[in-house]
Amino acid sequence: MTLTIETQILASEAAVAAPEGTLFRFATAGSVDDGKSTLVGRLLHDSKAILADQLEAVTRTSTERGFGGESGGIDFALLTDGLRAEREQGITIDVAYRYFATPARSFILADCPGHVQYTRNMVTGATTADAVIMLIDARKGVLEQTRRHLSVVALLRVPHVIVAVNKIDLLDYDEAAYREVEASVRLVTAELGIAEVLVIPVSALVGDNVVDRSERTPWYNGPSLLELLETLTVIDDLDERGQATEAFRLPVQLVLRPQGAVVVAPELSDSYRDYRAYAGQVASGSIKVGDTVSVEPGGGTSTVTGIDFAGVALDEAFAPQSIALRLADDLDVARGAVIAAVDTLPPITRTLEADLFWLDPRPLAPGARVLVKFGTTVMQALISEVTGRLDLTTLAVEPARTLAVNDIGQASIRLSRDLPVERYSQNRRSGAFLVIHPQDGATLAAGIVTAPGEPTRGGDGSGAGSEVSP
Amino acid sequence: MRAPPMTTLQVSAAPQTAHRLSELDVLESEAIHIIREVVAEFERPVLLFSGGKDSVVVLHLAAKAFWPGRIPFSLLHVDTGHNFPEVLEFRDKTVAAHGVRLTVAKVEDYIADGRLAERADGTRNPLQTLPLLDAIAAGRHDAVFGGARRDEDKARAKERILSLRDEFGQWDPRNQRPELWNLYNGRHTVGQHVRAFPISNWTELNVWRYIERENIELPPLYYAHEREVYRRDDMWRAVSPVSPARADEPIELRTVRYRTVGDMSCTGAVDSAAASVADVVREVGVSTITERGATRADDRISEAAMEDRKKEGYF
Repeated sequence: MTLTIETQILASEAAVAAPEGTLFRFATAGSVDDGKSTLVGRLLHDSKAILADQLEAVTRTSTERGFGGESGGIDFALLTDGLRAEREQGITIDVAYRYFATPARSFILADCPGHVQYTRNMVTGATTADAVIMLIDARKGVLEQTRRHLSVVALLRVPHVIVAVNKIDLLDYDEAAYREVEASVRLVTAELGIAEVLVIPVSALVGDNVVDRSERTPWYNGPSLLELLETLTVIDDLDERGQATEAFRLPVQLVLRPQGAVVVAPELSDSYRDYRAYAGQVASGSIKVGDTVSVEPGGGTSTVTGIDFAGVALDEAFAPQSIALRLADDLDVARGAVIAAVDTLPPITRTLEADLFWLDPRPLAPGARVLVKFGTTVMQALISEVTGRLDLTTLAVEPARTLAVNDIGQASIRLSRDLPVERYSQNRRSGAFLVIHPQDGATLAAGIVTAPGEPTRGGDGSGAGSEVSP
Repeated sequence: MRAPPMTTLQVSAAPQTAHRLSELDVLESEAIHIIREVVAEFERPVLLFSGGKDSVVVLHLAAKAFWPGRIPFSLLHVDTGHNFPEVLEFRDKTVAAHGVRLTVAKVEDYIADGRLAERADGTRNPLQTLPLLDAIAAGRHDAVFGGARRDEDKARAKERILSLRDEFGQWDPRNQRPELWNLYNGRHTVGQHVRAFPISNWTELNVWRYIERENIELPPLYYAHEREVYRRDDMWRAVSPVSPARADEPIELRTVRYRTVGDMSCTGAVDSAAASVADVVREVGVSTITERGATRADDRISEAAMEDRKKEGYF
């Protein structure tokens, strides 16, 4: 009776390596009325991702509301505004996920609303994105909301930043006017330390430079928006030398120890009697059978004896694969532990400095007791001090003692247990964490580590201070 | 002020070599991560399993997530009493093959003792919510896996992968937890539970390609077969005791298949010659109509049909 499952899983072995389309995740952001929903609708429509019945429903509603104009009488915003209140009020409330594919690639689009009170949705969309498209109205240029969103994008280190200067048709496709907006965009992104920003003049309503390059902007000779999305690199890519760009990290989700209750063929079940493996999704880097790894907490080292993917033995695994790792030594590894390439983990500490994106309507008071979630570890923590808040007009850090919803601030945090704390700038997965309300469980903030505190014990080798004792 | 020339805006052709994982590999690992995370953080998860393709895929992913161990949770099906017999047969066979336990909550029990009343239109899909919530409470389940996908419907497009429900099972779309990186927050208070959707990010085509790649068995009515049908609401409806043709609806023998398998009283078939999974993949790849638009009468009631049902506790 267990044979069917085993056969099914083994049948996929050949397919695991088969080449196929790749997946690219991007988010759209912008101020209210910048035409973001229209741009998304245009992308979906022009890439033929909208099916006939959806288009029919939207066309019907558009006509009922007297929508007309150059888009052929279709209010594209109706395609993405999925909730009744949104359609009634003509606004976008929550992140909507859209799926479309071109022959080059498949896309997951997180459409993030632009009103100031919904900045948390912008953060949500940006944390998983390979690219963010910031939409700005060509007539208005860079607004405070644009700065706020670009700050989020910069702090979260979104790999690719695209600024779509929309409504270029309303400027009569005037190059000088566009260049002025472009220059102000580059001024802000330079201040924010965004290394590369791609600026495109578009008209979402008419379709200029969205899917096809427009003849009405002869002074622009770059790619269309879709061309860009089809060719930008994906987060988990290798560098030019074919190496993973970050060190191996596997946050342990579960220990797989079936103790004889196995689904393998009966004649094999004896060899699985003592099976023990550490299940998790590779957060960064890659690992091979035979590699030496270290484990925190505990600080032990061991050798990888096997990498299992549901019955398929792999020689190598890399982010973001969900695997089960077998080790040579019987270490005390439980959920919450991190298995890492040897000599790459930072020292253990109980304090850290972080940037917090405060997302809850209840403000943060210093001394707040919270829960934090790093990888698969949840522990108690204390926000000992708020040390500053980002002024989004001047982009400077100003003194602050509390944080309110939508603030981006700096804080010192004390942990209840030892943790190998990593800078977000060195590892985007390991350096990120959630701040959770200890009673009602609400997600209060997104956190990124800016500096680990004093080591409480030596790490496994990297960097200064590794020999400091408690 | 004049901006620098556009030289930075070149499409880089160089880094195209770096993709080592296919789209399906990435989606599969994401789903396995979600399933393992829910099992680690919750006491009593359960998987909604109807025998439909999406729940079959989630079950397959669960088997992979815990290999070589058994799936560490049970299954739950809300049977409307209008299910296709061949799907129920498939359901029981699959449950046995995986060695898992299945609980069936029956809408008919509720109609029999008056807790629910039959609707005038005869469809029972909206009636599933009460038996579902009762079964969740009776099983003391704090997490409920479902095979819902965000590409199915505009309201589902806005739901989180882990979706918190209050003790009435209600979804509050304006007050959802932000979902950051791959860090899922499963904290909940007594009475609350979480709906978990591991294949949120899959499209209908992804599901079919995965079924093809993994050689996953499905109920036979997903593939082209001959069936007695009649035309209603622009769909082919099966002739059955629970969905008889009216006098003005001529019955035809046609080659059809189902894109979704739900309640016989509201699920329609489509004309199709796709007899194999490869045929279906090709067909779905060029389809011009969504699967729900093509086959679900209940989602056509209004623009917000799904949203309204979800707010009341539907999955």
